[in-house]
Amino acid sequence: MSTSFGSRRLVVGAHYGLRDWLAQRITSLLMALFTIAVVVQVLFGGRLDYYRWSAIFAPQWMKVLAFVTIVSLLYHVWVGMRDIWMDYVKPVSIRLLLDIATIAWLVGCAGWAIQVLWRL
Amino acid sequence: MVTSLKEQPLKRQPVYRNIHVTDLTTYRLPPAGWVSILHRISGAAMFLLLPFTIWMFDASLTSEVSYEQFATVFSAGAAGLPGWLWKLVAFALIWAYLLHFSAGLRHLWMDATHEVGLAFGRTSALVVMILSTVVAFALGFKLFF
Repeated sequence: MSTSFGSRRLVVGAHYGLRDWLAQRITSLLMALFTIAVVVQVLFGGRLDYYRWSAIFAPQWMKVLAFVTIVSLLYHVWVGMRDIWMDYVKPVSIRLLLDIATIAWLVGCAGWAIQVLWRL
Repeated sequence: MVTSLKEQPLKRQPVYRNIHVTDLTTYRLPPAGWVSILHRISGAAMFLLLPFTIWMFDASLTSEVSYEQFATVFSAGAAGLPGWLWKLVAFALIWAYLLHFSAGLRHLWMDATHEVGLAFGRTSALVVMILSTVVAFALGFKLFF
């Protein structure tokens, strides 16, 4: 990345925005990949009951993909919700409170989802 | 007689600011604007319904017994709410997901190709809204009937 010294040092902004913007797009692609993997397996393979549904999530590659999706979701939704709070909530104290609540909500949800996944 | 600059009435310049909430009922958004705000609303809705989504993931996968309980919620209802209401929540999630998904693909396509003209913005926005709604209602029909 950029240097913080010398004549080529970066003097404008911290560029956190660009990193988050890029992360939001990369995580969206990973989640899209998971979506396609699930939808294709649901559509092809006959009647959907508990055994076929749970068998979709049984292979190791699917578990890895699901884990990647959960972590991606965590980051993706954080960037999105933070954008919403930044746009509509101006008082810093309330915004900070909403940021904290969002992080707690997301980490809790991700933890639950991973717990479900690793139980399978 | 030459009037001084000070005495001339100031021409009122129109001021363009972000629209106020009260303008929402009269403000006519272009299709791209609709997709933009729906992208936000659907994202926020899915954020709020995340525990419900993970509960569905949990109940449908953990065991055959929990799978039956999962199915019962949508047929007989749960937590004092009838089954059709839970189906409606699931339908809202499906619709939100499809809209968010396709609007996201539109974004990625624009990022990758720099195809950001007025015409493309308009047609792609219409495609996103129509396609996601049609698929959502088809799946909703399957869910309810």
